Amino acid sequence: MMQPVLAVKQIHKSFPGVHALKGVDASLMHGEVLALLGENGAGKSTLMKILAGLQGADSGDIFLEGKKVALGSAAAAISHGIALIHQELNLAENLDAAANVFLGREPVTLGFVNRRAMHERAQVLLDRLGFGLPSSTQVADLSPGKKQLVEIAKALATNARILIMDEPTSSLTQSETDLLFEVIGGLRKDGVSVIYISHRLHEIKRIADRVTVLRDGENAGELTNEQITHEAMVRLMVGREMSDHYQHRSGDIGEEVFSVNGLRTLRHPREALSFSLHRGEIVGLAGLVGAGRTELMAAISGVDRNAGGEMRVNGKVYRPRTPRDGITEGIALIPEDRKDHGLVLDFSVGDNLTLPSLVDQSRMSLFRNAKKEAELTSAQTQLLQIKASHPGQQARLLSGGNQQKIVIGKWLAKNPSLLLLDEPTRGIDVGAKREIYQLMESLATAGKCVFFASSDLEEILGIADRVIVMHEGRIAGELSRDELSEQAIMNLATGMEAVHH
Amino acid sequence: MKKTLGIFLVFIFICIITSMLSNVFLRPGNIENLIMRIGLYGIMAIGVSFVIITGGIDLSLGSMVCLTGCGLPWLLVRAGWSPVASLAALFLIVLALGLTHGLMITKWRLQPFIVTLCGLLIYRGVMRGIAADQSLGFGNQYDQLRWLATGKVPLIQVAVVVAVGLIGWLLMILRKSRKLDVTLALILGGLALCLVFAFACPQFPLPMPFVLLLIIAFLASLFLRHSVWGQHLLALGNNEEAARYSGIRTHRLIIAAYVICALLAGLAGVLFSMDVNSSQPSDFGNFYELYAIAAAVLGGCSLRGGQGAVLGVLIGTALMQVLRNMIVLVFPAHQNMEFAVIGLVILLGVIGDEIFKRAFAKKIS
Repeated sequence: MMQPVLAVKQIHKSFPGVHALKGVDASLMHGEVLALLGENGAGKSTLMKILAGLQGADSGDIFLEGKKVALGSAAAAISHGIALIHQELNLAENLDAAANVFLGREPVTLGFVNRRAMHERAQVLLDRLGFGLPSSTQVADLSPGKKQLVEIAKALATNARILIMDEPTSSLTQSETDLLFEVIGGLRKDGVSVIYISHRLHEIKRIADRVTVLRDGENAGELTNEQITHEAMVRLMVGREMSDHYQHRSGDIGEEVFSVNGLRTLRHPREALSFSLHRGEIVGLAGLVGAGRTELMAAISGVDRNAGGEMRVNGKVYRPRTPRDGITEGIALIPEDRKDHGLVLDFSVGDNLTLPSLVDQSRMSLFRNAKKEAELTSAQTQLLQIKASHPGQQARLLSGGNQQKIVIGKWLAKNPSLLLLDEPTRGIDVGAKREIYQLMESLATAGKCVFFASSDLEEILGIADRVIVMHEGRIAGELSRDELSEQAIMNLATGMEAVHH
Repeated sequence: MKKTLGIFLVFIFICIITSMLSNVFLRPGNIENLIMRIGLYGIMAIGVSFVIITGGIDLSLGSMVCLTGCGLPWLLVRAGWSPVASLAALFLIVLALGLTHGLMITKWRLQPFIVTLCGLLIYRGVMRGIAADQSLGFGNQYDQLRWLATGKVPLIQVAVVVAVGLIGWLLMILRKSRKLDVTLALILGGLALCLVFAFACPQFPLPMPFVLLLIIAFLASLFLRHSVWGQHLLALGNNEEAARYSGIRTHRLIIAAYVICALLAGLAGVLFSMDVNSSQPSDFGNFYELYAIAAAVLGGCSLRGGQGAVLGVLIGTALMQVLRNMIVLVFPAHQNMEFAVIGLVILLGVIGDEIFKRAFAKKIS
């Protein structure tokens, strides 16, 4: 058998109160794409940080080409040819691509940066990725996909033989994802090995040669190429079959609660949008990244002003100028970016849950009522099954899924009639995803209207009663439950077919 | 809370050291003077801590102090206005200035540092122009008005009012829960202090500015800890966008913080001027913004916003004033090094806090 380029044996790592890794083994071959899979909290990111030298393991060994190595620092990991590409890209937006590729390792002549050499060498690396990206492009002007390429070039500049990619596609469009996969394919041919971490199972099916699954800090299993199926991966991650992943309910759809007529968003002021939403309905909003879904949600909730058009809530004209106006009308937005827009990360779970409804809980609309706030907190914590050690725990310390539950919980406390959810399950684990789907369904059953935007076709097909598809700022079409298929949505989303109802 | 306790221990430590090195420190006259200064500077520090909690900064405090501190004698003595009209005019002016700061920072998205730096330059410049750079004072008039700053209240009266308030609070808390927590400990500690002082020196003359500070601190604390707006202010200081998405009127609250800050600075300026009875526009209130900001930061406010407690700010102010007092008393020959010492102590405080935080984080992990 061939010698693995990287092998880890019996890695243990503990944090206060958590035994994050309990003797994990893994190996990586030359030119292999290994997908590392697991629910949030399974230990993926800890393992990744250990490999990148950002954290030390408590015990266990790491072997590179069969030789035992110590990865005591990020610099040590880089010198061993291991490069980590973070989920949040770490690029200096104000510099050009070449400067980013050689950041901190600029070629120097007589103590000055040799810009010509830097650009030449950066161009070679960028060309190796095969996309004719000029090394003089400002990073700020690049799309998320191209930025990812610059990150990869930066890793290659350190002669990395092992790339660790953490959720690389989470902000990429479909075509950018395709491009990234092509690049990964090319790297693999050159003998570069990739550890690929993603929650998007269909991507893993496409790109991975092998899958290693972690569960609760232990090896849950491994799948080789032909064994990689959706069901197998989910089974290993959660430790059980998930036939009830989506259970479509057959609810009654009631009268219209919300309508837009000729709404124009600030981003796409020339496209007039019209549609309506009903009580008890789950409506999906599909489209590629940049199609204008987030802008539409923002315009409805009042987070953004709009550029004209009419909105009605229960038949009454509604002109939101601030999120407060939306909230008053019973419209709640669960934003895409929960860390920047959804939560006050330094606040406790309780303080986050009560934030929008503090005034409702107060005495004389002014003084806080600690007792009522505590009651609300425990009610929401139970309803959403938020797993926090205590209500005073900082929201920052919770997993993505629990954080998302807090954001949903804080709005349910306001008892809204229309819930707007923008990418409600992005970056959260399978278990929490399922809980959120169930919640969305029970809300619809309770007569609320649930309108959610998602890039995950699977979840749109799974829970939406009706789907609105956007393409480049306009509504490309609507699909009823019977018309729904992955193909139909993609045709509309990519602008291949324009259906107007 | 831990931060407040830490700074309190430093305060006690400095007090003990100073009283050992100087036999003047504990004399009633010195203590009275010290308490007076704590009152005056504390009012400003509470004001600026509201702004700091929003994540902003107000550098124009010292110039606002100059504006009202020199403006009051100028309006009364030079322009011959009545006390009521003069005070009303001055407070309307600082209110308008605070409002302008807030509007420019929220609606035009100008940076607080720049807006209030310009304020610092403009207000003092204008005052110097109006007063032609001449020293202003009340002469021997307006003693009744000046009582606000120079008046004294026997300690026993203040202690009784505070104690009654604390007992009321205690009863309210005990009715709800019998858990021994930090608030309860603070109340009991406060009660004990009231008792000790009331018996030890019932007739000690507390300067009026300190009494005003107690009232302002009470209101500020009520606002910050127990009102909906206070929680909204902390939320927006931590994450302004998330607060806005939660339906909080963030701009209004930020503007309110700048207005409160300006009003309290204006009040402090009036009191300073009444106290010293001679204000020179070119240096009246110079660097006071830095004293106030330093006290707020020592007291646990983070310049990143979203953090701060009134009690901490009070202790921070007291620490700063005791330090200044120590330099005068213990090292009279080196008084001109005051800034250096204060700067050093603040730096050490911040470093110590950081070390403490890291040690604590390590202990957890």
